[in-house]
Amino acid sequence: MPLTIRDLPREKYVLPGHAACPGCPETIGLRFVGMALGRRAILVVPAGCTSIIQGLMPGSGLAFPIINVAFASADAVASGVAAAKEVIGEDSVVVVWAGDGATADIGFATLSGAAERNENIIHICVDNEAYMNTGIQRSSQTPIGAWTTTTWRGKTEPKKNMPLIMASHGIPYVATASVAYPMDFIEKLRKAASIRGFRYVHLHAPCPIGWRFDPSETIEIARLAIETGIWVLMEVEGGRVTISPPSKPYVDKSRRKPLVEYLRRQGRFREISDELIRELEREIDEYWNLLLKLSS
Amino acid sequence: MVRLTLTGNHCVAYAAKLARVKVVSAYPITPQTTIVEKISELAETGGADMKVIKVESEHSALAAVYGAATAGLRAFTATSSHGLLYMYEIVWWVAQARIPMVMAIVTRTIGPPWNIWTDHHDIMSLRDSGWLIAMAENNQEVLDETVKLFKITEDPEVFLPGVIGLDAFILSHTVEPVEVPDQELVDSFLPERRQPYVIRAGEALIMGNIPSDLLANFKMREGVHRGLRNAEEVIERVDTEWGKLTGRYYGGLVECYRCEDADYLFVGAGAWVGDMRIAVDKLRNAGLRFGVLKIRYVRPFPYAKVLEAVRGRKGVLVFDRSISAGSAGPIFLDVTSHLYFSKLKVPVKNVVAGLAGFDVSYEDFSRIGEAFAKEVSESGWVDSSLVFYP
Repeated sequence: MPLTIRDLPREKYVLPGHAACPGCPETIGLRFVGMALGRRAILVVPAGCTSIIQGLMPGSGLAFPIINVAFASADAVASGVAAAKEVIGEDSVVVVWAGDGATADIGFATLSGAAERNENIIHICVDNEAYMNTGIQRSSQTPIGAWTTTTWRGKTEPKKNMPLIMASHGIPYVATASVAYPMDFIEKLRKAASIRGFRYVHLHAPCPIGWRFDPSETIEIARLAIETGIWVLMEVEGGRVTISPPSKPYVDKSRRKPLVEYLRRQGRFREISDELIRELEREIDEYWNLLLKLSS
Repeated sequence: MVRLTLTGNHCVAYAAKLARVKVVSAYPITPQTTIVEKISELAETGGADMKVIKVESEHSALAAVYGAATAGLRAFTATSSHGLLYMYEIVWWVAQARIPMVMAIVTRTIGPPWNIWTDHHDIMSLRDSGWLIAMAENNQEVLDETVKLFKITEDPEVFLPGVIGLDAFILSHTVEPVEVPDQELVDSFLPERRQPYVIRAGEALIMGNIPSDLLANFKMREGVHRGLRNAEEVIERVDTEWGKLTGRYYGGLVECYRCEDADYLFVGAGAWVGDMRIAVDKLRNAGLRFGVLKIRYVRPFPYAKVLEAVRGRKGVLVFDRSISAGSAGPIFLDVTSHLYFSKLKVPVKNVVAGLAGFDVSYEDFSRIGEAFAKEVSESGWVDSSLVFYP
């Protein structure tokens, strides 16, 4: 039975008073984390947009227990929390909620270490494809051709493939998700919560400020990423890839929307060259071929 | 109680076990390695009920024990030199979060060049961070002070993390006879863990989001200072209590050796205080009345005790095994800045020695002491406040 909106709890974990920008994908994602994990969740949050989004101390716009931690330390802090909760016998799900910088760049060694130790935590990478909190600087998750405040003529290197890097750690569960597909994300989180060990969920999170689109279009842009095939929803378990239902139609390349429909909606790609668009299209094809190979 | 021959590092490991530490996380670095190894052995084969998280770096080691401590358990780590510098960001985080926990620092030189021998630059880098800093003279003190630090740091008047410093190799790898107290004795001494807050599932408690009120944030930083000042009394009380249980009272924040009638004082911290004691005995045999003021806690800095000990002396020699480059030795800076406000006019000289593990013997202390007594008695003051030896 697929999850429907009627099955979701009504408790709210994102409250008035948070400090997110209009159209922010992180508050959307956090709402779904609340719906998926509820009162069992303990969040460990490294430096990033969510440091701000929580709102001002001593109040908060989020109703989770949260430990804010230094940038590169989240998965290590979470390892300690999870170890302690196991000793105490407290029913909890320890979640690292980290941006792409804290996941793929400054926090990568910490993440990789915790994954290798198979710590009992869920790491959610909320990926807005640049360092948005400090003002849109490039990250290893910024796609090729994208403008940022440190790549004025467009980034020249491709996006590092975090889901497959994490799958290569041999951890029990890796999944990708998108803020445009809440049921898929929530189901994956609930599945992750039912598994013991290190679980990695990479959440695609289009940022209106950094990507240069209207704040009303966050979900549309996120959906276009799936429909053009540039972001693929999938799970990796036991080394085997399963394409998730929202992405299944796009296994067939002819059903994918042209990539330019995704790129043209975002100011960050305004000056991307035709050559780089072809390069991106090539990357997408190669990625799909690899995923299909890993799913057979 | 059993009497064992133990290295300083093994004393640390046994102390963690006796304190019923529940979570340990550490990354190996010479000369701290045998602490991690012994703790792993005690956890895996020695019946200690401890989880050991074998992380990929020191930054993660302190972060992991911070997580475990925030989640409600007694937690411990140990490091040295570059390892401490690598975890430095988290050092400050733990103190400002007011999470009690204990760390051992096997004091070691900082590179380049690579050098594993002792000096105090690593541990002295903690002195502004809000951690209690204890320095041990011998292995018995390493074990005793490590156990005591759990009680001191978990006192509601303090609620701050603390380190025990032990000199590389001189203590860490040197075997001494040590009395290891019974578990029952330590259990009767150490209460259940107390901490200001615990992060739990289902309780929307948030630690560390952005302040709306900068004055409140200011007061948090001030509170760290006040917690350390409060620790003075707690350290005295806990040391007295430990003394009653074990017969080993260390003098609280400082210990004075042959100070009663001393004209001159050596001031110092760490293992070389033992050499200073021998030098004092020799100098006294030669007719020079020296004493030693051993600084057991660098933070909180025991300035009232120091002033009391310094009052009426003809001269004071402060030995530092590190230097605040461009200024002077850190212990000297603390001693003299507080002297200024006390209006005590006592000649004080700073000798920076033993850097990079360069050996300083009791003969060196005797020689320096003799020259100092001569200088002060002839001129009534000191000609320069800072000298390097050699």
